Amino acid sequence: MNPDLLERVFPPTAPYLVGREKVREFARAVLSTNPLNHDVDAARAAGYADVVAPPTFPVVVQESTLAQLLAEPDGGIDFSHVVHGEQRFSYTRPIVAGDELTATLSVTSVKSLGGNSMVTAESAIVDSSGAHVVTAVSTLVVRGDA
Amino acid sequence: MTALSESVGDVVAEREYHLSRDTLVRYAGASGDFNPIHYRDDVALSVGLEGVLAHGMLTMGVAVQPVVDWLGTRGTVVDYSVRFTRPVLVDPVDGATVTVVAKLAVVDEEGARIDLTVSAAGATVLGKAQVRVALTAP
Repeated sequence: MNPDLLERVFPPTAPYLVGREKVREFARAVLSTNPLNHDVDAARAAGYADVVAPPTFPVVVQESTLAQLLAEPDGGIDFSHVVHGEQRFSYTRPIVAGDELTATLSVTSVKSLGGNSMVTAESAIVDSSGAHVVTAVSTLVVRGDA
Repeated sequence: MTALSESVGDVVAEREYHLSRDTLVRYAGASGDFNPIHYRDDVALSVGLEGVLAHGMLTMGVAVQPVVDWLGTRGTVVDYSVRFTRPVLVDPVDGATVTVVAKLAVVDEEGARIDLTVSAAGATVLGKAQVRVALTAP
């Protein structure tokens, strides 16, 4: 892996419109039965504009930023040798259906460890007004036999 | 701020989830992660795995649900982090069972921290799985 990836900032992704049925589909996929994820009336009664996305939903938006990283011509990251090491989501507010989200990826850490490399990629996700919603941080381990 | 009735050290939620191959296919579609090691035994074996594994992000997503349900409308998850320490092997017939124990670890002015113990087949599969919640309505 190319150590020059450190501190590289990528162009913002195309806006992702969070659909109500997508929130429900993702909620079913993570085995959520919580009414806030499925029932518009329950979500509105709790003070949300629409159904609330489960905490790990930003992975759907983050996907396109990680694709940018893996596609970087000089990155030297072979997808078939990548293992997900750590993941974090830091929220300013929950995601709700109707949000239009844009993610900007930056590489915050590149390390070598016993033949393997570790890259930490942060996707800062903002809404259509530019306000921060959530930052998704992934640490990927790239196996040294790559 | 809403006061919690539980004390630090209390188990606030404990749940068991069954993952089948169908669960993995459904998660692949919903998340967009179509890595074939999550649905094809031949591909999993060819890269040196014992068999088809659950997506780490599926395990992470499922493991936080007991906390979300416990919290209800009293607050929101503001930070959630895990380390993927061991894969969850999903048998084609029997699937896998993931057990989540959520314990109240910290209560402070910002809210609370809940620590998760997540295991499958008798081994812990997520390390340092911590959920920070804020006890404020939206």
